[in-house]
Amino acid sequence: MSITPEQPADLSRRNLLRRAAAVGLLATPAVGLLGACATSGSDEKNEPAETGTKSATNPLGVKEDAGLEVVIFNGGYGEKYATDVHEPLYKKAFPKAEVKHQATQAVSTVLQPRFASGNPPEFVNNSGEKLMDYGALVADGQLYDLTELWDAPSVDDPSKKVRDTVVPGTVETGSFNGKPYVLYYVSTVFGIWYSGKLFKENGWAPAKDWSEFTALLDKIKAKGITPYGYAGANAAYYQWNVILTHAAKIGGPDVLKNIDNLEDGAWQQDAVKQAAAAWAEIGAKYVDKSFEGLKHTDVQLRQNQYKLAFYPSGDWLESEQKKDTPAGFEYQLMPVPSLSANDKLPATALRATAAEGYFVSAKSKNPRGGLEYMRQMLSTAGAKGFTEVAKAPTVVTAGSEGYAFPPGVASSQAALRAAGKDVFNMFFDGWYKELDTEARTATNELMFGRINADAFVERVQKRADALKKDSSVTKFKR
Amino acid sequence: MRHGKYPFVIGFLFAPVTLYVVFVIAPYAQAFQVSMTNWRGLSAPQWVGFDNYRRLLDDGNFWKAVQHHGVLLLALPLITIAIALFFSFQLNVGGRTVNGQRQGVWGSKFYRVVFFFPQVLAVAIIAVLFQMVYRPNESGLINGVLMKLGFDPVLFLVRPNLALWSIIAVLVWQAVGFYVVLFSAGMASIPGEIYEAAEMDGASRVTLFFRVTLPLLWNTLQVAWVYLGIAAFDAFAIVAVLSVDSGGPDGATTVLANEIYRNAFVYSKYGYASAMGVALFFFTLTFAALTLRLTKRESVEY
Repeated sequence: MSITPEQPADLSRRNLLRRAAAVGLLATPAVGLLGACATSGSDEKNEPAETGTKSATNPLGVKEDAGLEVVIFNGGYGEKYATDVHEPLYKKAFPKAEVKHQATQAVSTVLQPRFASGNPPEFVNNSGEKLMDYGALVADGQLYDLTELWDAPSVDDPSKKVRDTVVPGTVETGSFNGKPYVLYYVSTVFGIWYSGKLFKENGWAPAKDWSEFTALLDKIKAKGITPYGYAGANAAYYQWNVILTHAAKIGGPDVLKNIDNLEDGAWQQDAVKQAAAAWAEIGAKYVDKSFEGLKHTDVQLRQNQYKLAFYPSGDWLESEQKKDTPAGFEYQLMPVPSLSANDKLPATALRATAAEGYFVSAKSKNPRGGLEYMRQMLSTAGAKGFTEVAKAPTVVTAGSEGYAFPPGVASSQAALRAAGKDVFNMFFDGWYKELDTEARTATNELMFGRINADAFVERVQKRADALKKDSSVTKFKR
Repeated sequence: MRHGKYPFVIGFLFAPVTLYVVFVIAPYAQAFQVSMTNWRGLSAPQWVGFDNYRRLLDDGNFWKAVQHHGVLLLALPLITIAIALFFSFQLNVGGRTVNGQRQGVWGSKFYRVVFFFPQVLAVAIIAVLFQMVYRPNESGLINGVLMKLGFDPVLFLVRPNLALWSIIAVLVWQAVGFYVVLFSAGMASIPGEIYEAAEMDGASRVTLFFRVTLPLLWNTLQVAWVYLGIAAFDAFAIVAVLSVDSGGPDGATTVLANEIYRNAFVYSKYGYASAMGVALFFFTLTFAALTLRLTKRESVEY
């Protein structure tokens, strides 16, 4: 089987979305069933008796002495962040509540029977190889709607809603056809990576706009280093990510929304065409032709050997390459440079998303406690604590401030802060795998000089049109 | 004994036939059924009639794959059989005559073992090995040498018109060993007197090969052709592991099994993938029937 470079962060989002495709299929009959339940006035257990009175310190109305059961996936981030940080925070807020902690490496093995018997734990970190199918859970009405959480005042500043304290796109990433069900907690930032050491030694500075970028690439080329490259053999999506990020910066984030929603002519929007044309030129002039036949590990290794200057990826790259990175290499992120002064978004804008999912069980005894637990997680103290224990940035904007990340993640976090509101995301690759495949193939054709930008947008559009007409594929909107 | 014949036979057949029906025949039949639905692996499949087959007609990648099978069908058996015949002739009757018995060329016992080596390796390992051989930069086996000599690297798997032939080369490399053994066995059963008689009449080695060996080996050749043809309809593992962008660049090396795999397990379009499977089934069947019909001719008795 071909080995695809999927990272844990990327994987979980992707898995989620793939599973989301399942929802659509299941949702239609399920909606009918739920509707039938509602009309017959049967036992909807979404709003159980155990609620407390709402107050400034208890905005979600948690019953103060209601127990809370927390299940944590004991994987890459461990369980200590829960036992040492989040659970004490919850206990501090509700001293009378009993918090029951459980950690597992096989979430579905432990929890599937409990969901089946109607006695699920309140709070679940659904992740890892054996995670429960999000799509099925949503379709089955097992997940508690998180809208209230996102609209609740934040722990640190009651004048701010929780949704305004997190990286833009966090709510959306955990939403299914518009409804937020999942909290994705760990932040992921995409960009173009280079070695701080290499650039310092040569007196190069990262580029902000296109003329700076091409001038820099020329200088790098003159030095005998391949200026730019990605792995065509199995990681072409790293490059369409760059092209589409660029398109969003040129034409605004709606460009990507149109693509995700399969709008007519979405791929033929001017912004996409301009971005494709710009990158086709980079491909023709600055990319080593042999990269089309290399895998991501090969190309990433070449960057570590200082044979390649720029490489597009997400901020998992640094830890992925840990073994091969020479001392002092110092990964740095550069956002995709802007094309011209007419760009809708500033040069600092970038694509970011979130991973590692958490949810509250709708049919548990104390779902409001689960919501409150999330609110505590999303406080500055909760996020800081997580980052200190698990060494990964969270979606809480204030939570990563002041923490000494390794240079790569530090630079991506700095870039994320610099981007401010200008952060966007895209989903089509997870929703429609075939469109992802087509975009990968077309990107290789474009970047290695076999087709031009017009042909590029035309052929992907053709596939998108076919997909839109394909009744067997469930469609998603955002 | 006559009495218990049927219970006896049935008793022996029951287990294997049941297994075969459950695990081979039933899935085949089911593929036909699934190909008529839009099943995506989760909810109950919906009957869509021949929609999937109609869609096949405008699927560019499907026809690319069919075309590649056409190329494979011609190239793979021809090249493999030609090379294997040459080698086995050299190994068995290409050398001197000692004590009235024709010998292989010097060192033929050693070569015989060497030729068989690729057959011992798992296909996936061969594909990974050839990734190293074909690697398009200085760390590739071929390009490393070329670049040392000052040539530009050859982008074997990347250039669209070279990629498929690079794959075919691997398939041939892997297959030759087995057919050398097959043909050697065939040649060993040709009586030495025939060669002796031909030699006395002054036949050269070339004449010996074309006038004696080849006709007497016809049945074996026919079997080889069918085997290789069926192998040409597969080629999945090599393509999946070795090719760029899984059957690329831009579908330049894709085969039907690769498209089936992609549609079923990446796109979760089991119905459509089954339709491709059914198409492949008929292609293979047609090929086998045609080959057996076309190569039918009097075999020489000896």
